[in-house]
Amino acid sequence: MTAPVLDRAPAERPQARPTIEWRPALTGAVAKLDPRGLVRQPVVFTVWVGSVFSTVLAVLHPSVFGWSIAVWLWLTVLFANVAEAVAEGRGKAQAASLRNARTTTVAVLEDGREVPAADLVPGDRVVVVAGQVIPGDGDVVEGIASVDESAITGESAPVIRESGGDRCAVTGGTTVLSDRVVVQITSKPGETFVDRMIALVEGASRQKTPNETALNILLSSLTIVFVLAVVTLQPFAVYSGAGQSTTVLIALIVCLIPTTIGALLSAIGIAGMDRLVQRNVLAMSGRAVEAAGDVGTLLLDKTGTITLGNRQAASFRPVGDATEAEVAQGAVLASLADETPEGRSVVVLGGGAVPRPDGATFVEFTAQTRMSGVDLPGGRQLRKGAAAAVQAWVRSLDGPVPPDVAPLVAEVAEAGGTPLLLASAGPDGARVLGVIELKDVVKPGMRERFDELRRMGIRTVMITGDNEATARAIAAEAGVDDVLAEATPEDKLALIAKEQSGGRLVAMTGDGTNDAPALAQADVGVAMNTGTSAAKEAGNMVDLDSDPTKLIEIVAIGKQLLITRGSLTTFSIANDLAKYFAILPAMFAPAFPGLDALNVMRLSSPESAILSAVVFNALIIIALVPLALRGVRYRPGSASAMLQRNLLVYGLGGVVLPFVGIKLIDLLVSLIPGIA
Amino acid sequence: MSGAAAGWLQVGLLVVALAVVHKPLGDWTARVFTSPAHWRAEKLVYRAVGVDPGSDQRWPVYLRSVLAVSVVGVLLLYLLQRVQGLLPLDNGMAPVEPSSAWNTAVSFVTNTNWQGYAGESTMGHLVQMAGLAVQNFVSAAVGLAVLAALVRGFVRQGTDRLGNAWVDITRSITRLLLPLAVVATVVMVLGGVVQNLHSGTDVTTLAGGSQFVPGGPVASQEAIKELGTNGGGFFNANSAHPFEGPTAWVSLFQVFLLLVIPFSLPRTFGRMVGDRKQGFAILGVMATLATISLTLMTVFQARAGGAATQLAGGALEGQEVRFGGPLSSLFATATTLTSTGAINTQHDSLTPLGGMVALFNMMLGEVAPGGVGSGLYGMLVLAVVAVFVAGLMVGRTPEYLGKKLGRREMTLASLYILTTPTIVLVGTAVAIGTAAGRAGMLNDGPHGLTEVLYAFTSAGNNNGSAFGGLSADTTFYNTALGLAMALGRFVPIVLVVALAGRLAEQGRTPVTAGTFPTHRPLFAGLLTAVVLVVVGLTYFPVLALGPLAEGLS
Repeated sequence: MTAPVLDRAPAERPQARPTIEWRPALTGAVAKLDPRGLVRQPVVFTVWVGSVFSTVLAVLHPSVFGWSIAVWLWLTVLFANVAEAVAEGRGKAQAASLRNARTTTVAVLEDGREVPAADLVPGDRVVVVAGQVIPGDGDVVEGIASVDESAITGESAPVIRESGGDRCAVTGGTTVLSDRVVVQITSKPGETFVDRMIALVEGASRQKTPNETALNILLSSLTIVFVLAVVTLQPFAVYSGAGQSTTVLIALIVCLIPTTIGALLSAIGIAGMDRLVQRNVLAMSGRAVEAAGDVGTLLLDKTGTITLGNRQAASFRPVGDATEAEVAQGAVLASLADETPEGRSVVVLGGGAVPRPDGATFVEFTAQTRMSGVDLPGGRQLRKGAAAAVQAWVRSLDGPVPPDVAPLVAEVAEAGGTPLLLASAGPDGARVLGVIELKDVVKPGMRERFDELRRMGIRTVMITGDNEATARAIAAEAGVDDVLAEATPEDKLALIAKEQSGGRLVAMTGDGTNDAPALAQADVGVAMNTGTSAAKEAGNMVDLDSDPTKLIEIVAIGKQLLITRGSLTTFSIANDLAKYFAILPAMFAPAFPGLDALNVMRLSSPESAILSAVVFNALIIIALVPLALRGVRYRPGSASAMLQRNLLVYGLGGVVLPFVGIKLIDLLVSLIPGIA
Repeated sequence: MSGAAAGWLQVGLLVVALAVVHKPLGDWTARVFTSPAHWRAEKLVYRAVGVDPGSDQRWPVYLRSVLAVSVVGVLLLYLLQRVQGLLPLDNGMAPVEPSSAWNTAVSFVTNTNWQGYAGESTMGHLVQMAGLAVQNFVSAAVGLAVLAALVRGFVRQGTDRLGNAWVDITRSITRLLLPLAVVATVVMVLGGVVQNLHSGTDVTTLAGGSQFVPGGPVASQEAIKELGTNGGGFFNANSAHPFEGPTAWVSLFQVFLLLVIPFSLPRTFGRMVGDRKQGFAILGVMATLATISLTLMTVFQARAGGAATQLAGGALEGQEVRFGGPLSSLFATATTLTSTGAINTQHDSLTPLGGMVALFNMMLGEVAPGGVGSGLYGMLVLAVVAVFVAGLMVGRTPEYLGKKLGRREMTLASLYILTTPTIVLVGTAVAIGTAAGRAGMLNDGPHGLTEVLYAFTSAGNNNGSAFGGLSADTTFYNTALGLAMALGRFVPIVLVVALAGRLAEQGRTPVTAGTFPTHRPLFAGLLTAVVLVVVGLTYFPVLALGPLAEGLS
């Protein structure tokens, strides 16, 4: 008998395809033409210098060709800026709404004084009552309240925050809906969670991540190589009697240096962070996002991540001379008043609720009796509960405990379930009816996801407080690679250190204060927003939805970010081949007619060939902006399969596409008088 | 047997011989660099030099040791040439002129063996043996030592130690180069290569004329010239001289010698990193590039235009006509692919496109298979670049052999790929743009440009072969090419040893299904493409104005 699923798996958040706001991006792009900012992007800065030179030359020696090149070089710089501005623009709207939440608050201290929220320092205690906005990050030290956190999480259902325990953390900018709490402030002025969020989504505090820096170094050196190749070309050309105008040389440089990836690099980085934000995950550093792509081991909490939050009835096992139907019927009756998820699952498994018998008295579960049940009119009693307690109850009523009870209980426990014993007592005596097997229910689809992770080379480890046997059973069912049973915070920390010493990067989620050391030690530590401030402080990401399953998505986003960078770099370099075939014959075929054999695209004139290459080079940037923002398609699979596909699409595609593109542009450009 | 069939047979024989030898030789070389025991003769060397062979050096110390050997080598060789008249066995040669002595000293120490001079009329036997031949060993050993350091960088974890440069250099000579050279010398003497200490003899020919027949310790120098991918000939005509390359067999044997160590080193690499497939992938890349190159060279040479050429069955001018066109193409390809620079053919007389292949071989950075040691370390740096770009495409921070390629690794690798093109292009541009540079050019038009480009490409990549149409024994070229050789050798060495140090400091990331595999054909193909594209894109413009303009007209 399979267990019915009571709770729905958390629905996948529908990913709204983000729209691109071109107009504000354009104004932003113009503002970014300031060279002081562009120096940070060496490739784009090189184009900027080329644009200035070619403009000066166009002014000194005006021609249609000279001006066309100058204009398109400026457009190249502008398009690069647009890419960045578009990426940044998406965060700005979010930042604006966050600012509203922050600025309007006045705090009331415990002693009744009123101070502006911005002046609060750690240790201050503030009183917040229903309807007020919490003035800063902190922990509830007194009282309990329901809090509306939609300003930050977007989730409209209120959450409970109370003093003590793991649900004491509150975030500045959220609103208390009921009751009164005293909050002890934990954040310094200007460094609250909201402040950091604003900085993050705006990209203001964005620093280049390690891999981005490394790629920038490679791109810079390629830029230097190509500048050198073109600058030294002039003496050779002069010697060969085919000296070139500076405008043409600048055009060649711009076409050869990796402008496509150079222009889109920072947009890709911002968009990667943005994809996380869209999934309600805040990365405190870009480094963490990159690390997510490298993760080798995922530590996943059993409850809530791998299994549904509660155990559920999986089967009824009769003992002695009882029948399964008898057990089911008894179990349903005994559980009618049991409002726990376990109790409700028993009712569902037993065939659904039946009307409550008149005159029945329900017996609540207590820690002393460790049983619950019902006393029916007519003297019949039904009890379900811990095996030992129920057996004792039966014996106290002089009922027999059949010999098959003990092995059955052991069997269920060994298989990872929780055995509940069901017994009845009445005028005809007491007897054990059977065992109700409660089981952890693995969330649907988890096995597939773990298989997928394994193909990606990621090891999954399930963390649980259960004993080893139970843990192994669930692990086998869910398909995780390993378990850490009866886990203490120290065990977790030790496991992380062990994995890391083997060179693996570790990702985990956590919410409790005792998770904080492990969160800090992990390479990717995702703190749940419902967790304590200590946990949020220790992790390098915060999941506003507090959904631990999201760790898997975070890994995918990290990978996608790196793949996008690599693919566009490959594309960018592959493009150069066609540009050579366009520009070199245009430059030298007049002096060496034999070189016209290289003009495989049969472009109409030297000027049109060079201009077409420049135009293609500029347009491809703008054409790839949506791809840079969305990220290239990421399908989990082995490294070989992914590489093969991306090489085919972006490597081979990068070689072929510009041949077609430049030819098409040439057909248009050659219509311009003065070019053809 | 037709020429073409003989050509195929020669290539087939060569491939079989290399295939047989590369395994034991590669394994042996790995032991040379990993064995803890010192030979007695080696201990004497360490005591004489005053080094502790047991010390494990940090990368700056390792680098200093390697550079010290080279600097001292340049100084000694310069001195030896300048005072050769005062020393015995000078064969009556005058002291070598300063700029030529500098050029030759740098040339032999950097494993380039560019020869601006004519050996038989410039160098006495003492300089040939105590100077040039010694550097033939030492420069090759330095290349091997740098390679050993880089491979240890990949192998070691969490350490700042790279091994001992003195031990690596000494062992490369005592355990690898010297034994092989002795065997090769014997084989070549048996094959008819001259080996004596005569100053030469004046003889009267049958026709009654008088002729000077030179002598000298040719075979011994010939052996290490090829084995160490040096290339500096005893005579000006190099292996085309009948005393250096008397028969087709010896010529083919020389090609084998110059390829054998570079093609065995990938095996050594695979052994040392504990995964022979990694070495096999690199070997595959080298072999693929070499095959493409030889095919193009053979086709361009055989299909040369012109009625006379076609009647002769291919371009023969300047070729080793005694042994036929195919062996000329094979020798020219092998010598430029390995940074050897020995010749049995005048490269200036190759067809324009054939000459371009020789040029392009060197432009690859001498990595297919390249010089002894230097070829593989160059290829491994290119592999780092290839892995970086491709590794991103599998969604991980790129790693090669378990080592992450971060900012500092990529800085060093980027500077490496930047170095040689800078030297070659700037050097050629300066030469073309100045009167002093143009003065040495005997040809004008595209061919003249190609000659200068060839000279700087050969010097910058430490090859040593030349287009003879350039009078390079001038102060300008001696100085400029000397600089190109020194920079082209030592800047990369500095970067490689620094990279090795960086890599050794890291731990090792374990291999998982998410790791980008670097031992499969896919990666080998990718690396081949990266080598071709990076080089092709850099040099395409100047090639267009040189050999392409000449060949396509």
